[in-house]
Amino acid sequence: MTIIGIIHGTSTNSREVSESEQAISSTYRAVTLPAEEHYEIVKNAVVEALRLAVTRVPSDVEAALKAARDREESDLARNVLDTILQNIKIGKQQSRPICQDTGLIGYYILLGRNFPLNFDLRRCLIEATREATQRIPLRPNAVHPFTNRNSGDNTGEHIPHIYLRLVDGDTLSILVVPKGGGSENMTRFAMLTPAKGIRGIKEFVLETIARAAGKPCPPNIVGVGVGGTADEAMLLAKTAVLLPVGYRNPDPQIAEIEEELLSLANQLGIGPGGLGGSTTLLDLHIKFAHRHPASLPVAVSYQCWAARQHGVIISSGYHVEYREHILL
Amino acid sequence: MTEYHFTTPIREEDVRKLRIGDRVFVTGTVVTARDQAHRRALQLLAEGKPLPVDLQGGVIYHCGPVVRRMDDRWEVVAAGPTTSARMESLEYDFIAKTGVRIVVGKGGMGAKTAEAAQKFGAVYCEFIGGVGVLAANAIKEVERVEWLDLGIPEALWVLRVERFGPLIVCIDSTGRNYHQELAESINKRFQEIIQKL
Repeated sequence: MTIIGIIHGTSTNSREVSESEQAISSTYRAVTLPAEEHYEIVKNAVVEALRLAVTRVPSDVEAALKAARDREESDLARNVLDTILQNIKIGKQQSRPICQDTGLIGYYILLGRNFPLNFDLRRCLIEATREATQRIPLRPNAVHPFTNRNSGDNTGEHIPHIYLRLVDGDTLSILVVPKGGGSENMTRFAMLTPAKGIRGIKEFVLETIARAAGKPCPPNIVGVGVGGTADEAMLLAKTAVLLPVGYRNPDPQIAEIEEELLSLANQLGIGPGGLGGSTTLLDLHIKFAHRHPASLPVAVSYQCWAARQHGVIISSGYHVEYREHILL
Repeated sequence: MTEYHFTTPIREEDVRKLRIGDRVFVTGTVVTARDQAHRRALQLLAEGKPLPVDLQGGVIYHCGPVVRRMDDRWEVVAAGPTTSARMESLEYDFIAKTGVRIVVGKGGMGAKTAEAAQKFGAVYCEFIGGVGVLAANAIKEVERVEWLDLGIPEALWVLRVERFGPLIVCIDSTGRNYHQELAESINKRFQEIIQKL
């Protein structure tokens, strides 16, 4: 036990040591299985996560839609929400995609440093995408931007996109995100001058929401990424839309801005389906990175009410667990 | 907010009864058409060639469905609306030249489409964005598919439907455009909110 502690350079705290020990022993156990078997386990899990993602919305989103239905005052807005809730119910019952735009497929991966990865994960995800496209089925959405040719199987140049983050621990977490085009089209990005400050950020976000109006299939979840470089701000915004409804930024100052923007956005009157009402957003999440002194990048990303995502967690022993959310 | 049930082909006088906020259910034939299909249709008509499907009194649907091939037929799995704004530059001519009576999509359309609706007797209806499986349940059969070379989403899917809806009238033949009216009030509220920040 002591030796393990030294190898990992960790404290001799007995609980930590035993976790490391467990990680190592399960690593040995795991690699005794053939790599092809691991490949199949992960591929099947990803296909299943894709099926779960496109045929249902996370329970927090459904609960928020139901609450909105009870809150809305106009018949039209209530009607729209009833139609949406009915659609969600049928999707779940019939195990069919709730929306015909089953998105461009993305995988957000958290790879634990002690996870025994002994096969080609990239190829596995591409094959899972092809298989899911056939079996669920998904709409083939990967189009060559210059020839306009549809690849027919949701794969192509850089697609599905794969984001990899290296983390502690011994699990492999994959968040499957089929992203609809209607909401993605409303994405906006700006390099504000830092002098614009918090007020400038708020104005840009509200202007984006007012401009998008009914186009991104409201009620929406909006993600705001502030700081970092352009790509970092965008990635923060894109992962912020995936946070559960009701989740608040741990920084109280930022949480307050989230709540203020959410309340102001819902006063715009865009409403469910963009046909008027008080539920334009189900939630708004902010993530930030430290910025360059000269830059204030702000990115706004959109999620439609069909907020499709599903997580799968593979343990070091290759046991599979499904989750509605994986915090990125 | 009146509820109407129509069977295709739809007569001009029936469509002219519709007003903003009315709910419509359609039985008969609905044909999907996205921007590439609009473009090809207009090009064929400009060359004096016929379209593979008669749209006089018909319903077109801005939609790229999820379909599954079952032995000798197609099954529609999900078929909600796509963003109509992409067809705005083409819809006036499309309504004028095909005689289509109901255009179904999401997110609203602009002044040119509203002008065509008034002039030729048509309406634009919103089918709530994202309700793909609800729409698919109203589709009883794929009668046929044309222009499959454009890809599955862009092809012309000729669908037999029953009680297809609810479709909410957002542009009526009196020239009213609900999305346009709403956009003005959204913009007004936005300006007020910004002032108070």
